[in-house]
Amino acid sequence: MSYLSLTERDREEMLAAIGVASVEELFRDVPRGVRFDRELALEPPLGEQELSRHLEDLAARNIDTSRELSFLGAGIYDHYVPAIVDAVLQRGEFLTAYTPYQPELSQGVLQAIFEYQTAICELTGMDVSNASGYDGTTVAADACFVAKHATGRAKVVVTEATNPQVRQVVKTYAPGFGLEVVEVPHRGGATSADDVREAAADAACVIFQHPNFFGCLEPAPDLAAAAGGAGAIPVAHVDLLSLGVLEAPGAYGCGMAIGEGQSAGNYQSFAGPHYGFLAARNEFIRRMPGRIVGETVDAVGERGYVLTLQTREQHIRREKATSNITTNQTLLALAGLVHLSWLGPAGLREVGEACMALAEHAKRRLVDAGFEPAFPEQTTFKEFAVRVGRGASDAVRDARAKGVHPGYALGRDYPGLDDVLLVAVTERRSTTDIDRLADALAHA
Amino acid sequence: MKLIFEKSQPGRRGGELPKPDVPAAEVPEELRRKAPPRLPELAEPEILRHFTELSTRNFGIDTGFYPLGSCTMKYNPRVNERLVMLPGFRDLHPHQDEDGSQGALELMWRLQEALIEISGLHACSLQPAAGSQGELTGLMLMRAYFADRGEGERRDTIVTADTAHGTNPASVTMAGYKLAKVQTDARGNVDVAHLRELVDERTAGLMLTNPSTLGLFDEHIEEVAAIFHDVGALLYYDGANLNAVCGISRPGDMGFDIVHINLHKTFSQPHGGGGPGGGPIVVRDKLEQFLPVPAVAKEGDRFRLDFDRPKSIGKVRGYTGPFGVFVRSYAYIRSYGPRLREMSETAVLNANYLLARLKDAYDLPFDRLCMHEFVLSARTLKREHGVSATDVAKRLMDYGFHPPTIYFPLIVAEALMIEPTETEAKETLDAFADAMLAIAREAIDAPEAIKEAPHGRPVQRLDEVRAAKRAIVKYGFEDHPDADAEPAAEPRQLEAQKGA
Repeated sequence: MSYLSLTERDREEMLAAIGVASVEELFRDVPRGVRFDRELALEPPLGEQELSRHLEDLAARNIDTSRELSFLGAGIYDHYVPAIVDAVLQRGEFLTAYTPYQPELSQGVLQAIFEYQTAICELTGMDVSNASGYDGTTVAADACFVAKHATGRAKVVVTEATNPQVRQVVKTYAPGFGLEVVEVPHRGGATSADDVREAAADAACVIFQHPNFFGCLEPAPDLAAAAGGAGAIPVAHVDLLSLGVLEAPGAYGCGMAIGEGQSAGNYQSFAGPHYGFLAARNEFIRRMPGRIVGETVDAVGERGYVLTLQTREQHIRREKATSNITTNQTLLALAGLVHLSWLGPAGLREVGEACMALAEHAKRRLVDAGFEPAFPEQTTFKEFAVRVGRGASDAVRDARAKGVHPGYALGRDYPGLDDVLLVAVTERRSTTDIDRLADALAHA
Repeated sequence: MKLIFEKSQPGRRGGELPKPDVPAAEVPEELRRKAPPRLPELAEPEILRHFTELSTRNFGIDTGFYPLGSCTMKYNPRVNERLVMLPGFRDLHPHQDEDGSQGALELMWRLQEALIEISGLHACSLQPAAGSQGELTGLMLMRAYFADRGEGERRDTIVTADTAHGTNPASVTMAGYKLAKVQTDARGNVDVAHLRELVDERTAGLMLTNPSTLGLFDEHIEEVAAIFHDVGALLYYDGANLNAVCGISRPGDMGFDIVHINLHKTFSQPHGGGGPGGGPIVVRDKLEQFLPVPAVAKEGDRFRLDFDRPKSIGKVRGYTGPFGVFVRSYAYIRSYGPRLREMSETAVLNANYLLARLKDAYDLPFDRLCMHEFVLSARTLKREHGVSATDVAKRLMDYGFHPPTIYFPLIVAEALMIEPTETEAKETLDAFADAMLAIAREAIDAPEAIKEAPHGRPVQRLDEVRAAKRAIVKYGFEDHPDADAEPAAEPRQLEAQKGA
């Protein structure tokens, strides 16, 4: 199957108009020595029906969350995506557009991004948001780059209770940025402000996740104050769906708020495509990476939207740009805006309350079944760590044999927590589901 | 049109959630949200109408011809959109165990194998999220490779071409390298004499697009590769223009050591108004050990994630990359199979046909056959009739077309960079050529109509300078500033690259 439109007659007319005898002649500038002289060794073309069957077969070999009761989270969550999100994303005018370089033909996506930026700023308490980053890990690296140039300091601090995926990406980017990365250990599942104060002394920024990777609430205002007091920019890595119940990072002194947007409007999709968000205080606006949409007027004073502050960007500033990003995650950010609009302020609070209450219920249910919380001192949001009394990977294997994926084995990232399971409970799980979890773990 | 926030009514709501029959959990006072976020309050029908109306104020490939140079705006097959929504793909968690994700891992492995064959190299990582992240990843690989050879300190410079996408020099800076820029010669190739002056034992590598952003295949590519390899440096292929050469010439055979492939260009991932994309990298065997973790590996009939790569650069994105993009691009490659060559041939045929029809009406800075795109210039129209590349672009909207990329590459004044892609019918190409020719005549007979274009769009030309100066980047609710507070002036636009 191909998606080509030319007929044989078209080809002949076109070759004649060009003044060549064959298609091959069009490639005469390609030196003989680098021409590919055989057929590509790819499997034969498939028609639409065979293609569908092949991919359906592959999909059927995955065990998704409709086929197995899942308590997996650890950064990507099974939240409900309302049907209206799919309906909007299937509009071809959004789906098949490029970056809005020509504003007269792109007011739809430009206004949508402006609205997305507004929603992100409302949730995080910040002044400016970009149009999205790749995911919740790369926006952390972006924040380090902003902080380095804003402070002139060559060290960044990340809490150990921040998602290991985020920390690994920051460490991968750091050498190119000329940055040293220091991690602050957690104490009993949360971070100590004293530890942060000490580490932040000559740091450009302090990144802390809240609720953290273990699902625990951090003493976020204290961490922000400790970082800020040492001259480092406090950066909160937050979950959009927590921000109906948890305070906005801007309200407790953070300079930037970043995170993984997946929980708002995106399916799990084996990790993507999703979107990362990056919002900041006004003082960093000209150091922000990525696209930003701004409001302006046209020749007759009509309100309209354009890509703005482009002198920050690679296509203007080239090697002096604030980032190399060009393609971002606009369509996924649009999904986030639609989901957040569907929730509204009341729905956002309710989804946060539901996750928190159900997770608390699950925690108690597992305690009743004889398990110990790994961090009993901490308040948790939609995820909690629990000791399963043996290797957590073994517990996962045995529970899965009973049709329940009980969560993420933390030992993979945290040596010493080999017996600890990270259990995520979203608003999609019921009390009956939680009973099944307890049974699957208890009798494994 | 009102913002969704301006349509909000207190107390109205969209979705409702199930109420769990468990006690509420308490958030400690000092962490609790005080003022609720001012998200819009609308009923679901109004929300859908809002976004539907916004979509009607947007232009996609589904709307019409979109010859945006360097962006490869080809048809996005709808079957791929259906397939990506299969629950086995859509609802799969990235931490699902290997035995519960065999289908996904196999799809990724098969995509890797196809990209390896297409690029003529040896090992692939699908992890980078976009072309520019692929570039940065490639430069990180160079750094790791030279550090491993004890040449890390010495090799501090990357060469890019003056025709390069802005991402190339920006990536060089982010990777901590110094930049050297090589000029273009009179035929539109890399200036080999200049290159010889720039390259020495301090050079880490070259970043090059081939065919270049001028749409021209470099006639000296073998010599260029030899110049770098002779001093032990590496070559990086910016795959933005791969759509020209699939099955015709492979980057690995040209001498490149690292390639990124824009899945949202050549392999038809819809671009979604700015993203998502995918920027897998494919490398020569000596660089495989430095690729990001995890790698997708095959052992017998089983597929697994391999984290055991001690010399890996690490991770450039979360988990294993943007999987939904892989589903679409894999489906696209399977649709064509070896006919990918025909895809590229048709893209090149379409471009040359448009070029033949237009080259007498516009300036052609390099008079050669083109590959999948070509660059014209409106400099004569500008000099003699005051009609700029921007004016031509805006007038094309009146004829129902998306404009080409303009003001890029930077070495061509008043550039119009046109890439039709292979999926367009001859009638569409003819209609576009007719419009371009009509505009060239209008520039002489009736330039005012062009300078006032576009007509009948939701907005006229917008004042970009005012937007940058005032920086209104979110809705301010009751304090929202009036964007038209200052006296109306002639809209001012930035003459910068629009596209690519």
